[in-house]
Amino acid sequence: MSETETLRAWLLTDTPTSRRHARLSSFYKGWLALRSNTMAMFGLAILVLLGLTAVFAPFLAPHDAFAQDLGNRLQPLGSDGNFLGTDSLGRDILSRLIYGSRITLYIVLLVAMIAPIAGLLVGTIAGYVGGWVDLVLMRITDIFLAFPRLVLALAFVAALGAGIENAVLAISLTAWPPYARIARAETLTIRSSDYISAIRLQGAGPLRIITKHVWPLCISSLIVRVTLDMAGIILAAAGLGFLGLGAQPPSPEWGAMISEGRRFILDHWWVATVPGLAIFTVSLAFNLLGDGLRDVLDPKDGGTQ
Amino acid sequence: MLEIENLNVWFGIGRDRVDAVRGASFSVADGESFGLVGESGSGKSTILKAITGLAPTWSGRIAVDGQELGRRRDRTFYKSVQMVFQDPYASLHPRHSVDQVLSETLHLHGFRDIDERVVQLLEDVGLGARFRFRYPHQLSGGQRQRVAIARALAGEPKLLLLDEPTSALDVSVQAEILNLLADLREEHGLTYLMVSHDLPVIGHMCERLAVMKDGEIVEVMDVEKLRQMKAEHPYSKALLAASVAG
Amino acid sequence: MTLLDVENLWVKFPTRQGIFEAVRGVSFTLGKERLGIVGESGSGKSMTGRAILRLIRKPGIVEANHIRLHETDLMKLTEVEMRKVRGQRISMVMQDPKFSLNPVMTIGDQIMEAYLLHNNTSKAQARAKSIEMLNAVSIRDAERVMRAYPHEMSGGMGQRIMIAMMLIPDPEILIADEPTSALDVSVQRQVLDIMDALVKERGMGLIFISHDLNLVSEFCDRVLIMYSGRIVEVCDADKLHQAQHPYTRGLLNSLPRLDAPRKRLEVLQRDDNWAKADSVSGAV
Repeated sequence: MSETETLRAWLLTDTPTSRRHARLSSFYKGWLALRSNTMAMFGLAILVLLGLTAVFAPFLAPHDAFAQDLGNRLQPLGSDGNFLGTDSLGRDILSRLIYGSRITLYIVLLVAMIAPIAGLLVGTIAGYVGGWVDLVLMRITDIFLAFPRLVLALAFVAALGAGIENAVLAISLTAWPPYARIARAETLTIRSSDYISAIRLQGAGPLRIITKHVWPLCISSLIVRVTLDMAGIILAAAGLGFLGLGAQPPSPEWGAMISEGRRFILDHWWVATVPGLAIFTVSLAFNLLGDGLRDVLDPKDGGTQ
Repeated sequence: MLEIENLNVWFGIGRDRVDAVRGASFSVADGESFGLVGESGSGKSTILKAITGLAPTWSGRIAVDGQELGRRRDRTFYKSVQMVFQDPYASLHPRHSVDQVLSETLHLHGFRDIDERVVQLLEDVGLGARFRFRYPHQLSGGQRQRVAIARALAGEPKLLLLDEPTSALDVSVQAEILNLLADLREEHGLTYLMVSHDLPVIGHMCERLAVMKDGEIVEVMDVEKLRQMKAEHPYSKALLAASVAG
Repeated sequence: MTLLDVENLWVKFPTRQGIFEAVRGVSFTLGKERLGIVGESGSGKSMTGRAILRLIRKPGIVEANHIRLHETDLMKLTEVEMRKVRGQRISMVMQDPKFSLNPVMTIGDQIMEAYLLHNNTSKAQARAKSIEMLNAVSIRDAERVMRAYPHEMSGGMGQRIMIAMMLIPDPEILIADEPTSALDVSVQRQVLDIMDALVKERGMGLIFISHDLNLVSEFCDRVLIMYSGRIVEVCDADKLHQAQHPYTRGLLNSLPRLDAPRKRLEVLQRDDNWAKADSVSGAV
């Protein structure tokens, strides 16, 4: 008890004694702020659960996600041995959902790696350098922004060929422009601030200023935006899957599962509804977490209370 | 140390052009402390920006330590000329600790013994090593300004440009910072060019001063003349009267 | 005659480290006078001004035995009733007019809106009254200013317009929170003169919050000196330079002076007992 108390005091101190201490301390304070937001913690809990499900899928799934049993097809919810029923090929829906979480996470992580980083690069360079570089980069961004997202993604997938990797690539290609806009807007305000003038007066070059001084301030607002966009990304991936351009059968991607279930939606509604609910839940979780993160990370508060 | 001749600084082009400074000339001797006084918009801070290269559109002649300045400033320039900004709440990066701020500055100036120097700098500005790992939001306004001064001193400059260094601070903290600046000047043999709207502060810190109005220097005088209220130009007189009454 | 009577005012903010008390048991009264409140940043002077209007943002808490405006206790009013008091009977002028004026409305529209909000009259009459108000704060070209947008105004002009707006409903009390610290010295004087004349003409009570001791000693009738949420000393403004409390003395001595040059400025030595001592009452 006393040991955890001293650890807490050590973390909450206003007088950190080393680099590591200072970093841990500010991290812990952010965590405390996030923890006080119930809805954000709820979202985080769902996402942690999703992660664990994906990792332990083989142990959690009651059946083989790909094993067909045509004699046992379209079983309703709560039927014996198939808690969430079976689909048109007699595959256990619960098992497919559990395995499908892996695909969902895979898509989410890949898009989250590609789109914001591309946007950050384009936006900060355009914002900091200015002039014709800004003009060219932002006009390219505008061109991408001018297309409806799903239509552009469709065009990319159609050109690249159907498949989960291409779907991810297509979604990323359509997702980066808003990040570039945000990063540019942030950079413009940061660029004219005194602390950037001060580091310029120490003889720092543009590369150092962008990577070490501008990025840390842009990243927090991008993280917030990414978590809020996650729902849209999952839905876009599901949409591509639904249209048959994303994950290919028999892969248990949630969008593809809805697509398969839509043929029976009137008589056997659960086949499409259960994966739909899964998408809904995860999207909601990301949104709740994003909202909470916005309060914690908002650079305008400068981490003060 | 610093010579400025017929300096013009403008912003914008064509119809939007604003002439912020027009035909300013003055010189600051080695080890001297020189003040620039004027109201907001008089162009006093703009002169500092032109010297440091933060305002790129200027004409005239600026020479530091006998070296005439061109369009670009190199590392050796930034090693000999440094600046302290007005608002200590805006001049420190909100996500960088004191240690990061000073280490990076020292690294940029090519020092190797960074750890010892960070501690030494913090001692010099009266903060001490226990402030080393704090973030700006854990510091008061006066402490932040001390960090900003430490950052300016890191490269061991000869000329320090002070842009209203105490106007955002309480009077008791102002006294501490002004004392610190006076001490540092003595210890390190620094030359100051200080901008302020506060005549008593300039009177306390400087030996000579220039009064600015609408981008032009209307009068250059010694501080003795200022103290005896013997300004010549009507504008300086009015400014002096307003400051003493206030 | 007492306009405002504040007794035992506290402002508290719950934080992770416990409750932070910004104002700690302050009592004072205000008559038809110019009352200055001085102190450093964090002394609670601005919080005191805002607490009177109950403008402390959540989760901040205002507590007081009473804040009496004539016979009404402001502490007992509902939020809706309080909204009528703000502006109507007590007005507030903030430090920076840039943040108080709406950037996308012309000045004329804003003043007229304020006037129509408090008076049930025609637009034409509101317009005439607005121009009259602008003239009252020594704005010469009132017609042109009415058509202008806030960003076209200098700081001094903006602050005069703010004062004009605050005076429209003819309040009994004006709370001015650092109204001139963003302005140049010469403009500062003009704005103060205007405020002074208006306060005298209309018989208003003025609470003038400032960090500038010299300004307050010259401009006000009575001064409260605040330190860490308490009043440490009350004195007549013209006797401020003979103040007794070591804190007040320290503040005065730390100012550089043109007529008395010194090698080093005196540095304020803080004493823990100042914060511990009971708040001095500012009641007359």
